[in-house]
Amino acid sequence: MYRSHVLVCGGTGCTSSNSQKIIETMEAEIKAKGLENEVQVIRTGCFGLCALGPIMIVYPEGCFYSEVKVEDVPEIVEEHLLKGRMVKRLLYKETVTPQKIKGLNDTDFYKKQKRVALRNCGVINPEDINEYIAYDGYQALAKCLTEYTPEQVIQIVKDSGLRGRGGGGFPTGLKWSFTAANKADQKYVVCNADEGDPGAFMDRSVLEGDPHCIIEAMTICGYATGATEGYIYVRAEYPIAVARLQIAINQAKDLGLLGKNIFDSGFDFDLHVKLGAGAFVCGEETALMTSIEGNRGEPRPRPPYPAVKGLFGKPTTENNVETFANIPTIIREGAEYFASMGTEKSKGTKVFALGGKIKNTGLVEIPMGTTLREIIEEIGGGIPNGKKFKAAQTGGPSGGCIPAHLMDTPIDYDNLTAIGCMMGSGGLIVMDEDNCMVDIAKFFLDFTVDESCGKCTPCRIGTKRLREMLDKITDGKATLEDLDKLEELCNYIKENSLCGLGQTAPNPVLATLKFFRDEYIAHVVDKKCPAGVCKKLLSYTIAEDKCKGCTACARKCPVGAISGAIKQPHTIDTTKCIKCGVCVDTCKFDAVIKK
Amino acid sequence: MKTLEELMALRDAARAQMTTRDDSGEVTRIVVGMATCGIAAGARPVMNKFVEEIAKRGLKNVTVAQTGCIGMCQHEPIAEVLVPGEEKVTYIQLTEEKAAKIILEHIVNGKPVAEYTVGALKK
Repeated sequence: MYRSHVLVCGGTGCTSSNSQKIIETMEAEIKAKGLENEVQVIRTGCFGLCALGPIMIVYPEGCFYSEVKVEDVPEIVEEHLLKGRMVKRLLYKETVTPQKIKGLNDTDFYKKQKRVALRNCGVINPEDINEYIAYDGYQALAKCLTEYTPEQVIQIVKDSGLRGRGGGGFPTGLKWSFTAANKADQKYVVCNADEGDPGAFMDRSVLEGDPHCIIEAMTICGYATGATEGYIYVRAEYPIAVARLQIAINQAKDLGLLGKNIFDSGFDFDLHVKLGAGAFVCGEETALMTSIEGNRGEPRPRPPYPAVKGLFGKPTTENNVETFANIPTIIREGAEYFASMGTEKSKGTKVFALGGKIKNTGLVEIPMGTTLREIIEEIGGGIPNGKKFKAAQTGGPSGGCIPAHLMDTPIDYDNLTAIGCMMGSGGLIVMDEDNCMVDIAKFFLDFTVDESCGKCTPCRIGTKRLREMLDKITDGKATLEDLDKLEELCNYIKENSLCGLGQTAPNPVLATLKFFRDEYIAHVVDKKCPAGVCKKLLSYTIAEDKCKGCTACARKCPVGAISGAIKQPHTIDTTKCIKCGVCVDTCKFDAVIKK
Repeated sequence: MKTLEELMALRDAARAQMTTRDDSGEVTRIVVGMATCGIAAGARPVMNKFVEEIAKRGLKNVTVAQTGCIGMCQHEPIAEVLVPGEEKVTYIQLTEEKAAKIILEHIVNGKPVAEYTVGALKK
């Protein structure tokens, strides 16, 4: 028995800020102090509070160190682990009160969260199957195989009200029942871990933090639908997730939780990991399966749906990582437990990856029906630098945005669809008054233009033309008729594209047009960018009365556009100016005006 | 793995290894003073004895933590036993033998060892 456990985040975020080196240093220091039989260092998955990484929790005290550096490690070992004195300066500020140290679950960031899909992330060592089992892992599988018929399992999933977390929101139980109803000599289960939305990282975090729960869920799905083989399609740019999945699969095989005759039930199930090259279109289910088969990742028309003709032409159930992550809890705790969370038509919880202009960047899991205001102001800690909230972008390049006046909308599938937005996979990018909405639309269009597979014309050429129209707007060359044309083309692409990528690609444009039409009009009519982002519409001038003639700006200007004698007001030659903004930052007298 | 019972046995064994991470407040805590005074008086072997005894007896829901100076340096090694819902008991001038006895009498049988407590000090 180890008297102390040190949990260090080994998610991608903390790993990129050197948590691996922290673990190595920690182990070396512990050995040097002769504590190696007393203290155990454990590399976990993501804790969620990525903004404060690298994160470390020391038990039994449960004290939460944030932004730990390699140089801090000897002090933590010497003071805390050897002498029992917490290193106060490294404790997460919010947990330190004059009376006592608050538990992590009482902090604003964690208080309102409800962790189901993320229940083990940051809690267990993902590379140790025993820790997963200690937290009731594989019990759901045992229950299914020894107590329930496949029909009963599907009924439980139906009763729970679980809907696909990849974005579409299709009822999971129903999807399973379609595959189960089709007779075939071979069926498949596929886990879609091709998380491609910019700003979304919840699937990666689940795979990194709790790989066994996906294995367990896929095996349950195999039993329920009659499949004996499964594929996890994960992008190669998630190396930590891939490595841990492989370790987890091997451990499960060793214990007989994968393979032949699991739990003596006569049911066999085997699992493969398939690496994707990172094409966005491969997140579309038919393209994903085509890619697993070894072909170029291109979608095909549906029907036939995968439940009839999927992977290798056989009936296939395809679910997203987060959808699967909910399954073990639903089976173990019962459909009623899961259905007790959330709203009438959207049960359970949803994981969001918070990013953009927000203090607590990271991963949060909230019950459906939580409002955007609660997520941003309470859990997310608000907007930094006292700026004003403008909108939140959800669903990445396929999604829309929620403007400030709709901040109190309870978030669930149907409410978001009703306001012309979508749940999407769970990326939530917060924007403040300094973001130009036309520019945001352009950013996502850039992405879809790049990622369009090129198979169908509306998407391949349509998105390109759309992008050019947006350029025209931000260059100040568009007319009001162009806005109508823009909308028309959006609708055309939506209706005529082959797959989800094209059908949803115009959404960022449509949503910003709907809620921020005034910004588009400002670009078109007034030739101004209200947020001051679109360079071509900006102009820099020097206010004569404020300029002291210090020459600081003229010396910094990279193109020599500023002229003027010493102690005389300077001027900017707008034909030379490249609008880099260096003069604004340099001027000590606020004399340079950006318009 | 063939039966649910087998899985549950594995779960219980694994769970016992992870009590240290239980911060639900339902866990008995043994807190050992490990400041310079405590270490000099021999707190480390005492603490290790606590850990060893807990592991040996397979006790669940007991953790051993360290703290700084408790304030009665002349009576170190000192340990405090906090059983949820009961009053804190402070043991002084501990040795490995005393630690083993505390685990048996106080933690296992639920009877604090009065003669080792700070209350037993001659006034």
